[in-house]
Amino acid sequence: MHPVLATILKRIGLGVLTLFVVSVIIFSAVNMLPGDFGEAVLGQAATEETVAAFRRELGLDQHPVMRYVQWVGGVLQGDLGTSFSGRAASGVDRSRAVVDLVLPRLNNTLFLAAMTAIIAVPLALFLGITAALWRNSFYDKSASALTLTTISFPEFFVAYILILLLGTLYPMFPSLATVQPDMGLGERIYTAVLPALTLTLVIVAHMMRMTRAAIINLLASDYIEMARLKGESPRQVILRHALPNAWAPIATVIAFNLAYLVVGVVVVEVVFVYPGVGQLMVDAVSSRDIPVVQACALFFAATYIILNLIADVIGIVTNPRLLHPR
Amino acid sequence: MSKDILLDVKGLKIEGYSDEKWNPIIKGVDLQLRKGEVLGLIGESGAGKSTLGLAAMGFVRAGCRITAGSAMFDGLDLVTAPESQKRALWGTHLTYVAQSAAASFNPAHKLIDQTIGATVRDGIQPRADAERDAVKLYDSLMLPNPETIGDRYPHQVSGGQLQRVMTAMAMSSRPKLIVFDEPTTALDVTTQVEVLLAMRKAVREHGAAAIYITHDLAVVAQMANRIKVLRYGEEVEEAETREMLSNPQQDYTKSLWSVRALHKEPEQSEDIVLSVNNVDAAYGKVKVLHDVSIALPRGKTVAIVGESGSGKSTTARVMTGLLPPSKGSVTFNSETLPNALAGRTKDQLRRIQMIYQMADTAMNPRQTVGEIIGRPLEFYHGLRGRAQDDKVVELLHDIELSEEFIDRLPSELSGGQKQRICIARALAAEPEVIICDEVTSALDQIVQEGILKLLLKLQKEKGLSYFFITHDIAVVEAISDEIVVMNQGQVVEQGLKTQVLNPPFPDYTELLLSSVPEMDPDWLTDLAQKRGMAGAT
Amino acid sequence: MSDTSKMQPDTYSAASEVGAVRTRRTWSQRAWITLKKAPFSAWLGMIIIAFYVFVALFAPLLAPYAEADSSFAAYAPWSSDHLLGTDQIGRDVFSRLIYGARNTMGIALITTILAFVIGGGFGLLAAITRNWVDQVISRFVDVLMAIPSLIFALMLLSIFGSNAISLIVIIAVLDSTRVFRLTRAVAINVVVMDYVEAARLRGEKLGWIMRREILPNIMPPLVAEFGLRFCFVFLTIAALSFLGVGIQPPTADWGSMVRENASLIQFAQFDLRAGITPLIPAAAIAIITVGVNFVVDWFLHHTSGLRDEH
Repeated sequence: MHPVLATILKRIGLGVLTLFVVSVIIFSAVNMLPGDFGEAVLGQAATEETVAAFRRELGLDQHPVMRYVQWVGGVLQGDLGTSFSGRAASGVDRSRAVVDLVLPRLNNTLFLAAMTAIIAVPLALFLGITAALWRNSFYDKSASALTLTTISFPEFFVAYILILLLGTLYPMFPSLATVQPDMGLGERIYTAVLPALTLTLVIVAHMMRMTRAAIINLLASDYIEMARLKGESPRQVILRHALPNAWAPIATVIAFNLAYLVVGVVVVEVVFVYPGVGQLMVDAVSSRDIPVVQACALFFAATYIILNLIADVIGIVTNPRLLHPR
Repeated sequence: MSKDILLDVKGLKIEGYSDEKWNPIIKGVDLQLRKGEVLGLIGESGAGKSTLGLAAMGFVRAGCRITAGSAMFDGLDLVTAPESQKRALWGTHLTYVAQSAAASFNPAHKLIDQTIGATVRDGIQPRADAERDAVKLYDSLMLPNPETIGDRYPHQVSGGQLQRVMTAMAMSSRPKLIVFDEPTTALDVTTQVEVLLAMRKAVREHGAAAIYITHDLAVVAQMANRIKVLRYGEEVEEAETREMLSNPQQDYTKSLWSVRALHKEPEQSEDIVLSVNNVDAAYGKVKVLHDVSIALPRGKTVAIVGESGSGKSTTARVMTGLLPPSKGSVTFNSETLPNALAGRTKDQLRRIQMIYQMADTAMNPRQTVGEIIGRPLEFYHGLRGRAQDDKVVELLHDIELSEEFIDRLPSELSGGQKQRICIARALAAEPEVIICDEVTSALDQIVQEGILKLLLKLQKEKGLSYFFITHDIAVVEAISDEIVVMNQGQVVEQGLKTQVLNPPFPDYTELLLSSVPEMDPDWLTDLAQKRGMAGAT
Repeated sequence: MSDTSKMQPDTYSAASEVGAVRTRRTWSQRAWITLKKAPFSAWLGMIIIAFYVFVALFAPLLAPYAEADSSFAAYAPWSSDHLLGTDQIGRDVFSRLIYGARNTMGIALITTILAFVIGGGFGLLAAITRNWVDQVISRFVDVLMAIPSLIFALMLLSIFGSNAISLIVIIAVLDSTRVFRLTRAVAINVVVMDYVEAARLRGEKLGWIMRREILPNIMPPLVAEFGLRFCFVFLTIAALSFLGVGIQPPTADWGSMVRENASLIQFAQFDLRAGITPLIPAAAIAIITVGVNFVVDWFLHHTSGLRDEH
């Protein structure tokens, strides 16, 4: 087998293994619940029978391995269990399937993340690469100070400044980004401008710094000096000599920041009351609705792992040492 | 000015930025090069020879600047010319061969594309012709499979081959001037001979002028018509090669081969203090030592010579117990030492001390000289406080340093001083045997001489026995009584110095000894004729 | 031809090589020289940090009212009685801002220290042993790091409930993974040094080698990392508090203060001062993080020796 293929398969296998271990950890969450949890969910007035029935429904009387197999089996078939909320001491069950709660919000979150990424990634790469090329210029130094400041800001600070300026004082965009399922694309984008802008500001700062560092590291290589000594123009030095070796570091930077973006979404969604997975998760954490928390955590962790996996695969397929083995 | 002057550098001054200020690197140097002539630039670390070599191409590294002078090349002043004009010369009329070929080739492109890149770009030859020519160059540089080696990527060929491909790259456009920047420093001596021959042949055949930068006078003597000696960014002297070797004007120039002047009369002894007996050793599954037996006579020096990968450092690790052997034993004063470090007693550890190649990494940068030397005194002999300080001062006097060094940090010492402190730390244990692992090879010649003399003096005073690991035959000549030659994890030969260094030789010893450059401009030519290699003339 | 030999008559002799003495300064002199060369941003950062520490230490003396005193009218505007007005249940915002310095920074500091004790300890252990212990810890850390820490923290908080202790322990454990990786990486670079081998050859015990040979040499990157981790932990706790699952009332905390007063922002058109009230605790978080980052940035630049090689 070609070493590139072998390395990729090995890496994918590792990714699957990680996902498996992560799913075990997330699943084990239920087992760590304190004993009086049933009362906490169902209320003080719950009878012993309803609590016992609830515990049976959760499968707490079964062996954990059995339950894990059932749970994973369910997840793979799109069944994430039933939400805790809506249950009451009376035993009347108005709870909803977790899938029905998560799916529509998944769309919204991915929409917001995609909208941000489309603006932020090219912008950050452009700024980062130019800052690296014009290293120590005024442009580079001010960009460096500005981004260092921005990454020190909590996301909600940036969000509220934008709300104050563009939502309240000079109302151009809605400060509540309550997108509805029946909205058209244009309206959706308009509604989500402020959350997307907040995320963009934060991501661009992080990503630009990392891109700049990666490029500077690359330009310090001996073979870049050699290229200059061979009389290559600055354009050729970048395009022909630096770029073929830059894919791996750039892919890593992009993946890292997209993963960061997915997490940053949580706070921003809460600020703008944007109906996404992040907001759902925070609500579920507050009400200790464990099945929903598990579903959301699984979504975020899987996204994170897959993004890093993609970056590693790009690094592998562009590595000349693996492409052309001895 | 005569017509055939190719490069004329006048009053060049270069500064480098460090510690928040501009410091002079080159302090006003003149340099002239005629067409087809090879000029050797020689100097020790910090002489500014690389900076000068690059400046001769009009190239200045980031963080450096030219503050005065001119560099006329073919009617163009490279100091004032704009980058675009210089780019038209770089890679075609002015080419460069770097020290580290492995790092200087772009990992993403094939060797052939990198070899002919500039030639094709500037239309000197069409691609097909340039490729055919490159194959001829590969062939004349004695590269294996010249037809196909160009289709390989840099990581697919060895370091010595890459260095020759880089020479081909520099030759491809038939440049007027090539700058060689320490091109063989990273190579083993036996590989160095081949690369030197190939480079000299290529340069002579095509009549290119060259600047050859190195710290090794014997190497530059083979390559250059004239030699310029640099020190601290200034010229010491310049002369024709033969003139320079036979009649140097400056004391500093003579000091460049000072180690070669040292010689120790070998003495024989049957009283063995330390020996390794039939040792096999492996790193993981890779076996690196095969049935190695070496004996060290008391009060004498045994030098272990060999190229990188020959197993000489591994042998030292077996002696110290860092790497337990898979077979065989280590005997000390007629008793067998436990194989592993952990099994040895404090007293056994005390009697065998070690000194390292890089004094920089052998001393904790956060400890003062007093702490560094004081620790073994406390650890082995229980000396504390005043008694410890007194002993440290005594040891400092032993290594010819004054007592004011006691509270200095390693970063406040020069290279030679650091190595002296390491010697004092070993002495503090009051050992019987000291293992010296390439202790002089990171140092300038003159400093090497001082360290070697000190070691000889200490041996006489304290009756020490040395295991001296080195790849440098001049050092062997200076310090050893006996020599062990190692190759690929095996002992080729062990014997008294006079016996090993004189014929008849086993094949490998012959190859190794004959590959060490000598201070004779005809050495390489003679060697090539003797071995029947191409490029003898 | 130069007459260098006359200008520097003894430079080629061994005697001068031995005798060459470089200038030596005491630790405090060197520290002062370094500080004097620090750029403006680093000075600004240090002043900010000093100011925050002062406020945190003397909070009870500086604050006009008690931390949880809700005996005032709700949503009072800015006035001389209440410099920044009052919040939704009538607590003095200015006083809570001052106490918040103590609570938010205190919890973040304890968390960071705990993360360093855990991560640093295991990192050193892994770097020195380099055997199955290292393998087991490293793989475990890989898995922990495969889950974004904010998400992991949210999940664990939903299980163990939101209180200061579980907040500190959870964040510290999650953050210790990064400390572990850094400590292990820098310690491995030191462990391979000849002076560590020399100490082993001398017969020194593992504890002595760790304490005397390794720890002093990995301190600079660890100190810088401490600053960065503190910022990160601080921002994470602020975010969790803002989300309502971090530090719980009545403890004053900047993250929850933003959340509690967020609705005031809608009134910015009518009363700008009310509108920016929720931004003040957010700015307090931002400023200290900027300050620490400025200092760390300079420290890293200074200690990593980003200089030219001449």
